Amino acid sequence: MHLNYLILVVLVLAALWTVMTRSLIRAAIGLAATSAVLTIIMFRLNSPLAAVFELSVCAGLISVLFVSTISLTQPLNKEEVLAHMKERLGRFWVLPFLVIAIGLTLSFIQFKLNLRLPAPEAEKDVRAVLWNLRQLDLLGQIIILITGVFGVVILFRERLKK
Amino acid sequence: MSHLLILVPFCCVIILNLPIRKVMRSLAPVAAIVLSLLQVVMVLCFDCHFWQTQFGIIGTFFKFNLVVDRLAILMLLCIGIVSFVTAVIARVLIKERKERFDFASLLLISLSALNGIVMVRDIFSLYVFLEIAAVISFILIAFKANLLAYEGAFKYIIFSAIASIFLLCGTSLLLITSGSTDFSLINASLTAQAFSPSIILAVGLFLVGLFIKAGVVPFHWWLPDAYSEAPSPVSVYLAGIVTKAVGVYALIRVAVSVFGMHKSICTVFLLLGAVTIVVGAVAAITQTDFKRMLSYSSISQVGYIILALGSASPLGIAAACFHLFNHAIFKSLLFVNAAAVELQTGTRDMDKVSGLSQRMPITGLTSVLGSLSCAGIPPLAGFWSKLLIVIALLSTGHFVYAVVAVLASVVTLGYFLVMQRKVFFGKISEEFSNIKEAGLGIVVPEIILAAITVGIGIFFPVILNRFILPLGG
Repeated sequence: MHLNYLILVVLVLAALWTVMTRSLIRAAIGLAATSAVLTIIMFRLNSPLAAVFELSVCAGLISVLFVSTISLTQPLNKEEVLAHMKERLGRFWVLPFLVIAIGLTLSFIQFKLNLRLPAPEAEKDVRAVLWNLRQLDLLGQIIILITGVFGVVILFRERLKK
Repeated sequence: MSHLLILVPFCCVIILNLPIRKVMRSLAPVAAIVLSLLQVVMVLCFDCHFWQTQFGIIGTFFKFNLVVDRLAILMLLCIGIVSFVTAVIARVLIKERKERFDFASLLLISLSALNGIVMVRDIFSLYVFLEIAAVISFILIAFKANLLAYEGAFKYIIFSAIASIFLLCGTSLLLITSGSTDFSLINASLTAQAFSPSIILAVGLFLVGLFIKAGVVPFHWWLPDAYSEAPSPVSVYLAGIVTKAVGVYALIRVAVSVFGMHKSICTVFLLLGAVTIVVGAVAAITQTDFKRMLSYSSISQVGYIILALGSASPLGIAAACFHLFNHAIFKSLLFVNAAAVELQTGTRDMDKVSGLSQRMPITGLTSVLGSLSCAGIPPLAGFWSKLLIVIALLSTGHFVYAVVAVLASVVTLGYFLVMQRKVFFGKISEEFSNIKEAGLGIVVPEIILAAITVGIGIFFPVILNRFILPLGG
């Protein structure tokens, strides 16, 4: 249990680094790191299927697309980045407080949703789950990955050449 | 067999992108035309032995849970026809060879995705394929790479992302409440237990996600920009089939096969359907941009489908499916007409052109047929589907909604007549006195789509009992 709390703290730190860093590329890497930590939590909570999807889609696919897109765009200079950050902080300073307030409110309200959580899938082999049960989704993920790469190539590389 | 409808177009894209691109670049547009045509032929031969055949290693290696029922067949046919038309007109409208290759590759991936959406029977798989279609749509809208195209694509991606969040939250809640993501198991679970707050929340989230994807009022703000700023072949494809499969078909499938036609869901459908019809039609009257007017008209026609679904009777569901097919065909036709006009005159502004029928008689004639079918004038296909919708509404006691549907049809006729008068009739302006038809690559698809619209209208008595009524289950 204590390890879970520790990982949660790491998750929050990684997420904070993602939104606070000045470099876009570091923010993308931070997002991948946040997803990777979330994956560990999911594995520890006996949800290997969700963990695999989180790792492959959020930490893998989306990060690849972000990094490749950012690397094809022209970076802002330091002054522009600072000005942008100041403007963002001025506009969104209330958001963290809002999230904390919502979290606290929700924790005090007794929801009567009668949710029946499906049994943990610890006993199932991840490979078997992916290949036997979610084969179509796996193919769908591969198609999304290839489409994303296609999109980056069509919309950015070719235009930059021109 | 149904596996191949997803696997073949996707494998084709992989092969086309092998490092022998010089040869492949000229093959890609042909591959898109051939595969979509092949899909049409296979769907038309649905009763033949081929569909039940297991293709050895493919059948044993890939174990997809795919089901092809009557509604799926109708959609597969629709996808095949519109993809074929799009691939043919793209050869004329996209000039650069490299861009033609990119477009054909995206079209083939999209074919896989749309076929997947139509045949899956799992709510998470449906979400995965909806996402593929969304990513492709975003790339296609931004294809022209100018500021307006990026604006349209940006609006689309923001709305699509919001829809995805709703769909994912809905899927998660449905998994938690029913313990499965399979359509039939969720349906069995929802029928067994009363609608608890968690189920209402799940159904609500999922439906809002699909309303955004379908462009139903008040979630339609992305649609006019996306349709009008995209390149012409993309507009035809998006308006013709993508939004129909991604939003409207998914809505029909989920409402009928997963949630069941619960009374409160039907009330929401009736209300939103009526509002969508009226808002779309009124907004279409005020437009001067040809494609923008068609976009609002598209919103209005989607309203008819939702309204028919809201009647919750087998006839209403059949009418919704029938109008979905008809709308895909005549709206594709009208967008092809708009593409021809834009190609030949260089403008989409309806106030700047007039009397084009004299120089472009086939485009003019097919445009009249498409407009009249959309307005519900007999004996064209659109008349019969709208008639079925009105009968379904009257037979279930929704008199007011039936009146709204009929009156909105008059408004539809009004804005299409204005469009016809401005663009195709009257005296041709000096500036355009030397233009001619847009060429075979555009005229042939126009004739095919117009022939389908007229053919369905004429042979309606034959197809009613055999194909349309069974769609209602």
